[in-house]
Amino acid sequence: MTLEAVLVVAAALFAVGLYGALSQQVVVMVMMGLELMINGVLLAAAGFWWFLAPDPSGQVLLLVVLAAMTVEMAMGFAVATLLHRRRQTDMTDMAEELSR
Amino acid sequence: MAESVVTTVPGGWAVLAGILLCGLAFFAVALDAALSARAQGTGGGWGAPLGRAARLLRQRRRSTVAADTLLWRIGGAGMLVGAFLMIAVIPLGEWTLADLDVGVVWFNTVDVMVWALVWLAGWGANSAHGLVGGYRFLAHGVAYELPLMFALVAPAIAAGSLSVGEVAAAQDGVWFVVWMPVAFLVFLVGVTGFSVWGPFAPALAADIGGGVLAELSGVDRLVLQAGRYLFLTAGAAFSVPLFLGGGAGPVLPGWAWVLVKSVLVLAVLVWLRRRIPLLRPDRFMEIGWVVLLPAAVLQDLVVSLVVVWKG
Amino acid sequence: MLVGIVFWGLAVVAVAAGAAVFVVDSMARATYALALSFIAVGVQILLLGQSYLGIITILMMVMEMAVMAVYMVMFMGMNPALMPMDMTHGKKTAIGASAGVFVLLAAGALLVPWPERRGAPPEDLTRALGLEIMGEKMLVMAVVGPVMVATIVAGVVLAAHRTRYDRLGDDLRRRPADDPQPGGVGR
Repeated sequence: MTLEAVLVVAAALFAVGLYGALSQQVVVMVMMGLELMINGVLLAAAGFWWFLAPDPSGQVLLLVVLAAMTVEMAMGFAVATLLHRRRQTDMTDMAEELSR
Repeated sequence: MAESVVTTVPGGWAVLAGILLCGLAFFAVALDAALSARAQGTGGGWGAPLGRAARLLRQRRRSTVAADTLLWRIGGAGMLVGAFLMIAVIPLGEWTLADLDVGVVWFNTVDVMVWALVWLAGWGANSAHGLVGGYRFLAHGVAYELPLMFALVAPAIAAGSLSVGEVAAAQDGVWFVVWMPVAFLVFLVGVTGFSVWGPFAPALAADIGGGVLAELSGVDRLVLQAGRYLFLTAGAAFSVPLFLGGGAGPVLPGWAWVLVKSVLVLAVLVWLRRRIPLLRPDRFMEIGWVVLLPAAVLQDLVVSLVVVWKG
Repeated sequence: MLVGIVFWGLAVVAVAAGAAVFVVDSMARATYALALSFIAVGVQILLLGQSYLGIITILMMVMEMAVMAVYMVMFMGMNPALMPMDMTHGKKTAIGASAGVFVLLAAGALLVPWPERRGAPPEDLTRALGLEIMGEKMLVMAVVGPVMVATIVAGVVLAAHRTRYDRLGDDLRRRPADDPQPGGVGR
């Protein structure tokens, strides 16, 4: 177990998540892709911490990543619910005006 | 890490811990059966669960159309395994299987697993009743889990540690239950909650044909039912190091006191089942968020103030 | 050695489960595949010496995925969805982009000359982390707290379909409130 190994695994997780976030049409599936990307970030941060600078202040970064993940989930669910109520849809393609 | 207050025993002792857990869980089942028999005015009852278990073992598995068997089995078997994972951090007097420095969080993690497991057990059967049961449990979960988390925080603050052994050791003199009764009660509510047991059994209620249990038969049903009682037992046993002074007590050695206290908590929980009505998820949701959660947070505040005041 | 084997085993589980999220046909399986991926990463974080963060990752993610499964079933509406489906767009671009990102990141990970480790982990990490949060890095947590509260409020505002005027009438005087689902404390 080396830093390189951890980072390669984290990169793989990030790439799989990126594929999901880009390709999926359903909002909830896009969120799963985002989660997977953050999963990779989390692992990379843990690896950097352990192999480069294992002092406690670095761990706070991981807590912040976890917090970001929960915020992402909560807002994602809220927007998905709103979208579903207003449009009866769960597809990102049907919510194009959000991108304008 | 500072000098450990408990001795970690080799992994082989896990077998003994498992046997103890099963024994206590059987005590709970038998007591419940005996109380039922007495309430109905029939004699005996202590042996009835054995007969029921034997019948389930002989029963053939029923299967449903398009069941998601993999997830279904994970849901059932996970309940059985989870309880054993939970007791790994409970010190039996001065011995423990795993002296995790975050034992309290470990307990919390295992009990959160129950959310997934019960829902999977309800989902896997591809039956509407099972799925409704799974949803009912999640609704209960949202209501009991946060108060439970804040209740777990109180002893950890007072002990200044998340290690279960140190929490038990910190109760030298005054048990935590004396000055954090609210946290103790909320904890017991949480324990019955994650055991899907007693007042928290609407997920398995008769009005939805047995809910999560609707399509479970034979060994699978036995495993899930046993898992619920094992979780109840593990939860009751966890209250001992957390609130009831661990192995502290006169005459008897520490391990014996842990067992005696666990049995007492368990017996009270089983007895209470007959005194408390089934809590509907929609009703309990508001009770959990409007009553239990603020109460637990206030308890944490009081504990923190006491800790700061004592220096 | 043993740690290395366990690490690579977990790595395979984490990435395979992550890929399974977008391959399997069942919503429940997709959600819990993601949960499995998170559990594997959580255990890897444990291997990297951070017991509190590893366990808290598992705790949060299992909980989150249990809720996620409910949303999946609610929004995708193909109960029980053991039928093949393909709800994707721009698949080729996505595969290309993610493969490119992976190559870039992995090459960076392998080629960058990482500096030597400086310092050593404190003896009781969890305590050190707690002291850090409550001491020097308190500002971070003091920011995260309000952000979480804002998220809760914003989430409820976005998702709730009834306002206080629906509950309490136009003059906000109706008692008890008119709720589709009566609560347990009789408000």
